[in-house]
Amino acid sequence: MAALYPARKRRNLVWKALALAATMFGLSWLVLILGALIWNGVGGLSLDVFTKMTAPPGVVGGLLNSIVGSLIVTAIGLAIAAPLGILAGTYLAEYGRYTRLAVGVRFINDILLSAPSIVIGLFVYQLCVVPFGHFSGAAGGVALAIIATPIMVRTTEDMLNLVPDSLREAAAALGMPRSLIIRQVAYRAVRSGIVTGILLAVARMTGETAPLIFTALGNSLFAADPRGPMSSLPLIIYEFARSPYPEQQKLAWTGALLVTFSVLGLSILARVLSSLRVAGKQS
Amino acid sequence: MSDVKAQVHGSGDPAETMKDKVIIRDLNFFYGQSKALKEVSMPLRERKVTAFIGPSGCGKSTLLRVLNRMYDLYPGQRAEGEVLLDGENILAPDLDLNLLRARVGMVFQKPTPFPMSIYDNIAFGVRLYEKLSKSDMDERVESALRRSALWTEVKDKLSANGLSLSGGQQQRLCIARTVAISPEVILFDEPCSALDPISTAKVEELIDELSEDYTIAIVTHNMQQAARVSQFTAFMYLGEMVEFDETGKVFTSPRDKRTQDYITGRFG
Repeated sequence: MAALYPARKRRNLVWKALALAATMFGLSWLVLILGALIWNGVGGLSLDVFTKMTAPPGVVGGLLNSIVGSLIVTAIGLAIAAPLGILAGTYLAEYGRYTRLAVGVRFINDILLSAPSIVIGLFVYQLCVVPFGHFSGAAGGVALAIIATPIMVRTTEDMLNLVPDSLREAAAALGMPRSLIIRQVAYRAVRSGIVTGILLAVARMTGETAPLIFTALGNSLFAADPRGPMSSLPLIIYEFARSPYPEQQKLAWTGALLVTFSVLGLSILARVLSSLRVAGKQS
Repeated sequence: MSDVKAQVHGSGDPAETMKDKVIIRDLNFFYGQSKALKEVSMPLRERKVTAFIGPSGCGKSTLLRVLNRMYDLYPGQRAEGEVLLDGENILAPDLDLNLLRARVGMVFQKPTPFPMSIYDNIAFGVRLYEKLSKSDMDERVESALRRSALWTEVKDKLSANGLSLSGGQQQRLCIARTVAISPEVILFDEPCSALDPISTAKVEELIDELSEDYTIAIVTHNMQQAARVSQFTAFMYLGEMVEFDETGKVFTSPRDKRTQDYITGRFG
């Protein structure tokens, strides 16, 4: 037995070193990306970015219309995805838990979760752009909603499944009807979980570019009306990054910085909220 | 409904009349295809405590959950037979289940306070059926908490979250919640098995007091508790009602050998 031990010890060290090296390799890419963003984007950060529109080369510009456009299409997407996703998730976890319909819906939902976003963009193009004859922020919102809804459905169902049946039975034992049990007991128990889901859905929507190409199209003027084409940060990054003009390229980096750190901020907030929730339960 | 004049194998006071609040008649219960209760028949005497004892899996919790049709929440579970509450069969398919459960309350093994304040935990059930003014609701909450021996411990923190209480306090909160809606029958499903001995003693004392106003059924795997707390005991084994009698009789001179074996600890 003693003869085998040093060999095992060595092997253990080798595996440990490999695992550590792999982690460092993965993490370093994240650090490099964030570093590159900060290095290239921070220089362009100024008040102009938030007050001026995107401008042709040679004119001092900013990203105001893109920022506003992003906010609007994301808001439209959330307004559609959140109620739809929460209600569907509620059906899967509460009313239809063991039904065949639920099995089918879960399967389709999982597929939609990783559907190629450009395909969704093309689909919404056929649905919302062609019949109206023009691109629109609203169509962009619809495309984002199709991307965000599966996230909301999954999160809501997972959160509601965490609520123990004993809590539902306790409410039923008081004579509470089903819908009240769901609304006033189950939802209250998963409130912060649903908020986490919303934050993650928003983070996902913020970074999507492909679905907006065929729907919102982009707009170099200030556009807050969702019935017409609208700019957004990912779209302008795509446009400016390909431009030969250095001031536009610089703005692309700044835009990328804004998008990345918004998504990072939302994800961190979501994490903090769920750890608060866990801590709360343990008290 | 039958007025049973203390004819159950003799009683101390021949003049005492006992009414049957609930009569279970030829009850069969199925989980899918498997039969969990076989031809169970027995009464629950009004304003008395009836204990259900028996080894694990004998069907005592299953039987309790038939009494407020809790099994209705799950597909594939069904009951056949009759259960009469004040003469009305509660197994009828068109029965309003929510109204039934307002008359037959249940306290579970694991304390389950709702994720809201102590006050709201109690007011919640009341609000389902009654519209009370703030002061009336305050009174109702206080009275429920007093009846559950919890008032002095929580009167200064009614807005604190129900989950911030200790296990024993949470269970008494659940009892207060049940009592607040003024049921007629209260079912206890192993209410003390998750509690420490001091809380257990408090809850047993509570059950004794509550039996003055409510008909009580308690499932317990603790035979000493059954002996302490109940006036009638039902011994169940493998889904059958083996013996039902006054508690004293069941524990000192049981008629069935299986009962004898169980209470002497030969099995279970």
